[in-house]
Amino acid sequence: MYNAIITIFKKEIARFFGDKRTAFSTILLPGIMIFVMYSFMGDALSNQFSVDEDEKTVCYVQNLPADDTLQGMLQSGFTVKELSSEKDLEKTKEDIINKEADLCVVFPENFEKDVHIDRSLVSADNTPEVQIFYNSSETASSAAFQTMTALLDEFESLLANSFDVNRQKDGVTFDLASDEDSAASVFASMLPMLLLMFLFSGTVAVAPESIAGEKERGTIATLLVTPAKRGQIALGKILALSFIALLSGASSTIGTIISMPKLMGSASDNLSGSVYSVTDYLLLALVILSTVLLLVTAVSLISAFSKSIKEAQTYCSPLIIVAALVGITAMFGDGASTNTVHYIIPLYNSVQSMVQIFSFEAVQTPILLTVLSNILYSLIGAFGLTKMFQSEHIIFSK
Amino acid sequence: MKELIQANHLSKTFKLSAKQQKIEGTKEKTKTAVNDLSFTAYEGEIFGLLGPNGAGKTTTLRMLSTLIRPDSGDAIIDGSSILNNAEDVRSKIAFLTTDLKLEDFFTPNYLFDFFSELHQIPKEMTAERKKMLFGIFGIDKFAEVKVANLSTGMKQKVSLAISLVHWPNVIIFDEPTNGLDVLTAKVVTDFLLDLKKQGKTVIVSTHIFSLIEKVCDRVGVVVDGHMIVCDTLEAVKNGLSLEDRFFEIYKESVGDRDV
Repeated sequence: MYNAIITIFKKEIARFFGDKRTAFSTILLPGIMIFVMYSFMGDALSNQFSVDEDEKTVCYVQNLPADDTLQGMLQSGFTVKELSSEKDLEKTKEDIINKEADLCVVFPENFEKDVHIDRSLVSADNTPEVQIFYNSSETASSAAFQTMTALLDEFESLLANSFDVNRQKDGVTFDLASDEDSAASVFASMLPMLLLMFLFSGTVAVAPESIAGEKERGTIATLLVTPAKRGQIALGKILALSFIALLSGASSTIGTIISMPKLMGSASDNLSGSVYSVTDYLLLALVILSTVLLLVTAVSLISAFSKSIKEAQTYCSPLIIVAALVGITAMFGDGASTNTVHYIIPLYNSVQSMVQIFSFEAVQTPILLTVLSNILYSLIGAFGLTKMFQSEHIIFSK
Repeated sequence: MKELIQANHLSKTFKLSAKQQKIEGTKEKTKTAVNDLSFTAYEGEIFGLLGPNGAGKTTTLRMLSTLIRPDSGDAIIDGSSILNNAEDVRSKIAFLTTDLKLEDFFTPNYLFDFFSELHQIPKEMTAERKKMLFGIFGIDKFAEVKVANLSTGMKQKVSLAISLVHWPNVIIFDEPTNGLDVLTAKVVTDFLLDLKKQGKTVIVSTHIFSLIEKVCDRVGVVVDGHMIVCDTLEAVKNGLSLEDRFFEIYKESVGDRDV
């Protein structure tokens, strides 16, 4: 049996891929942009918080205590240079202001002796004070200050060591989260929203052009005087647009997954998509497919209602904001919703299903419910689009 | 002669927006574009709908080509009702108007194949017809040039060729020579006569008297949505030139209804 769906599908695909520039900017560009942007952000973030490892920061110290432990600790983090006079100290402070030096530490004169006095016997005023001069507007200086503070805190706790927490020993791991779990928590909180946004932007990039655009240019009426059924025209368009939106979404997703380790820095050492099973990926594919159908149908309806591409895109922006808000729900709350009814709410169901899949909690019933309800909504939408194609107000309104 | 097109009491009313009401200087919320309009076109003739702008010619032709539904009345085209067998009607007619555009992005060659496929024409026949129609209109040289890059006249010729991919018996042309230079207009009018020779039934709408006089066998004069006169060209002219006769008819009808 002949079906106009295939003819329309082929034409839409030919239209899209025939225009190299549109194809590039819709499919390849988003992935490349995301990869470049996230990688850059990741690099920038890690650069900001790390100073050059090879070169230790020079730390000027006055009244350096003779304690071996303390000296060892200081030398592990800094190149220590002793100051001999008050004049030197003033000059160093001046250098810090001018960002020529990073850190200056002043120990009290009898530091070693004073720290060993029983604190319960003397008043708080007599507690020895270590002064650290730094410049918070200079990253290196700020970082050095933090390192020094942490170092001295550690030294302080060594002095009155009552107990240790998580003492480093070979063969003992305290963070019992498996590779899977850490990957899961990152993926489950971030990917659903990102995926939803990528799919949406792919859809908005192609659907208004294909439907509102054809209306605007008066080419849709030419299509409608052929014997092809309106429903077949609507379905052919929806399927072709979904296919393109999926490609665009896939490109963005690949870009994200490749750049994720860079973005997350060292926290992502265990981050790998390979922790998910084939079933997980299959379910994910089903959820994504049904979501794309739903998005394309919704945007197509909006486009058929609009008089121009521009108008269609304007009407789509509130929908994008709603989708972003729904996507954010994945970042809050404790895992996916357990209320089955939630899985028939459009968009929310897709996000929650993705959370389930990414956190290894995939339950087939709600996910199937999501897929089926999305397909049902899409069919209703396709029927609506057919009706709109039959309406002269819609086709000829200008 | 076989009655190939019968329009029976077609009426169509449009809603007016507040702005349009102001422009038209009316308080009525609707405008009747076509009012109880009937006519018959016989097989193998060229039937002309003559009328001023806004008379309802385009609306009538859009109803015949099933793009819009009449509020009341029906039309039977080659045995199929525009109300009940819209898809059949669409496979039996060609509809051409400047409102129906071709996608700029594609080439005439691609579009010819695309629309042939929608009309379910076998591949060999598509190739044969393409050769013939592209030959008639001199599209061969431009077959692989995107529609966007074609001249206005060539675009119109391509639209014409593509609207005939299924070589239908009924051809409906809304203002076929509008906006065309004299040479292209001649190609189109010659082609209309050629179609008639091949036994096709053609309906054209126009406000150009010379076109009607040159090609039409019968003519219907439409004013304000009403069919005022509908007869053979000679009978309508009644010894006058079509132009003079038209103004006579127009005066009478507008006077009659006290507008």
